[in-house]
Amino acid sequence: MDKIGEVIEAATGEFLAQSYQLHWAPSLGSLVKTCAPPEAACESDSSIYGVVCYSSTGSVDPGRRPTIRGRDLEEEDDVYKQNPQLSRLLCTSFKVLIVGYQDGQGIRHFLPPRPPRVHAFVYPCSTDEVAGFTQDLDFLNVLLSTSLPIPSEELVAACLRIASEARDDGRVFLVKAGKELAQLLAGDPVRLNAVLRKIRP
Amino acid sequence: MSILDEVFGPSEDGRKKSLGIVISGSLKEGLEVKLDANTPVEDMKVGRYVVVEGNKLRFFGLITDIGLGALDQRLPANPPDMNDPFVAEVISGTSTYGTLHVAPMITLAKSPTGLVDGPQPVKTVPPHFALVHHAQEEDVARVFGKEDATHYYVGTPLDMETRVCLNLPRLVERSNGIFGKSGTGKTFLTRLLLLGILQKGGAVNLVFDMHNEYGWKGSSEDDREVKGLKQLFPARVAVFTLDEASSRRRGVSTDHVVQIGYDRLEPEDIQALQEPLGLTDRGMDAVHVLAHRLGDRKWLEHFLGLESEDRETLAKDLSIHLETMRALRTSLDRLKRLDFVVPKAREDSVDCLVSYLERGKHVVLEFGRYDNLLAYLLVANVLTRRIHERWVRLKEKANSKSEEPPQLVITIEEAHKFLNPRVGPLTAFGTIAREMRKYNVTLLVVDQRPSGIDEEVLSQIGTRITCLLDNDKDIDSVLMGVSGKSELKSVLAKMESREQALIFGHAVPMPVVIQTRKYGTADSYKDFGYTEPEEAKAQAGKDVRDLYGD
Repeated sequence: MDKIGEVIEAATGEFLAQSYQLHWAPSLGSLVKTCAPPEAACESDSSIYGVVCYSSTGSVDPGRRPTIRGRDLEEEDDVYKQNPQLSRLLCTSFKVLIVGYQDGQGIRHFLPPRPPRVHAFVYPCSTDEVAGFTQDLDFLNVLLSTSLPIPSEELVAACLRIASEARDDGRVFLVKAGKELAQLLAGDPVRLNAVLRKIRP
Repeated sequence: MSILDEVFGPSEDGRKKSLGIVISGSLKEGLEVKLDANTPVEDMKVGRYVVVEGNKLRFFGLITDIGLGALDQRLPANPPDMNDPFVAEVISGTSTYGTLHVAPMITLAKSPTGLVDGPQPVKTVPPHFALVHHAQEEDVARVFGKEDATHYYVGTPLDMETRVCLNLPRLVERSNGIFGKSGTGKTFLTRLLLLGILQKGGAVNLVFDMHNEYGWKGSSEDDREVKGLKQLFPARVAVFTLDEASSRRRGVSTDHVVQIGYDRLEPEDIQALQEPLGLTDRGMDAVHVLAHRLGDRKWLEHFLGLESEDRETLAKDLSIHLETMRALRTSLDRLKRLDFVVPKAREDSVDCLVSYLERGKHVVLEFGRYDNLLAYLLVANVLTRRIHERWVRLKEKANSKSEEPPQLVITIEEAHKFLNPRVGPLTAFGTIAREMRKYNVTLLVVDQRPSGIDEEVLSQIGTRITCLLDNDKDIDSVLMGVSGKSELKSVLAKMESREQALIFGHAVPMPVVIQTRKYGTADSYKDFGYTEPEEAKAQAGKDVRDLYGD
């Protein structure tokens, strides 16, 4: 599968990647991975799985904010056509919450010992990989407990929708996930109800 | 596979679908079980058995209550949208869940010693989060034993096919009680039990059959005719009657017509009749004085034969108040209305009855039209007192087990009339209930108002079989002195009004609610080893042909 971006900031629990394509980032809640280089130097070079939790497009240089350019133009696309430099000055980046990794013994549903390297390539996961990884629902706790600029229920719901589409027995999976959420959100029925409303098939 | 598994079958939890886990509890209060998400709470029923798998012990318990719980107390206030099947499916068993209250009853050790020791009373509780599952057929069979020469099948546990068996020799060792509101199947259960005792109990029955239901035939609740003891086992059962005409009308072949001579009525017998005869305490004192003067055997005949002048003389002579004497006469005259009480009996019914019983023949005494309390109390008391005396004598004379009188079970209905705290100490029944176990006589008490029975007597009752009761006092009396009383109470109150009974006490290792065994259909009779006369005749013909050729 083709790479879609590159890690530009890495930390233990999350990494930031920049997309190769402006205005495009993997869907919210989708599963992505970084691949280990062929001659892995150490454990940290294993494949790391993460869930896309946020994406944004902005100026490459944080000091230079984009300004409006289309006041006298008819079409939105004309802005880019007339200012070809924009595609170099703007970039789309996405934030990924690390939810597991793969080592010699298989897929682990907990944090890798070390985060991915900066400039590691980011790949989307195939439906089979998504279905396989989401068999285990431990990652839901990671998603729920992260503080994000968006409500974490949105992220969880998006992720579960994608995971359910990746398998034939989508409803069964959603019920199972719902029950897991009911345990995790035992003390917060309002949030639980919010997620359930968003994932019901 | 361990040695336990070889004998008991695999006990691995995977084999049985888990219902839930133990979350709290105590020996005294019972266990609280949280149901698994995939166990619908509506499938649970009070009175069913569950098995709790501890680490070292396997606990058998009874579901005594079922409840609903929620993880968060705010949830019931903000209920989720349960109209959505998806949400409903997710929520049930997670945020909301069912709970069971389980009363542990007995334990089986999982170690090989458990094999030897068998079921033991509960002395501890399982650890936290022990798995709970429905008791399997074989679990129940292990606890209640298999049907054999001594184990008698009385019914099945709720929603199960396994046969619950009573250990009958153990049952008849002590006095037993069958309780329940009227119309809940007491008579039916009694008939079942009598048949069991006849077949497997190694005991002789004497039934005081007030309503003529046990001897020849009776009727079921839906007015079908059912066979009585004599119809099923004509050779082993004798029917005695007080009212020959009534028996003949009903087509019963009776073995003996009971008559009670005046000479058989001693002051103790009259004392037990104080209430139905309307005797005052003074009147009773007068009876004792009369008997003392005229002799225990002659006083009644003499007294009833006196003209009024002679009576006055006698009253003066014995310094009894004249009014007392007159009232006594009026009271005792009531005995004359009972046709079976005669100045001189043709033959001694008591001796006849005792000889039948000693020979191991079961006796049903029908009351015919005399289904009033006076007749019942009189006959039951007179006969029982003689049997009591006789059995005590025989037992004391016996040098070896084989010389002992046979184990005798006396069945009495309306038992609270005999065994209430006032009369109880005076009648032979009170004595039997208290101490006759030693002399091979026990009672089968059938009653709808157990609260009317003397506590002292109730406490001696070994096995209690109770159908639905709804009076609190009655329930308390039946459950008196039983551990786990409050749990059983809730089980008892929730039973169906027919064909269900709770059995607990001496003859069963743990309390059990049963769906009673079928009785009254041709198939059910066959189960008891009965063959229809035509069939028996055909079989006999076949046997003859087989033996001698055509």
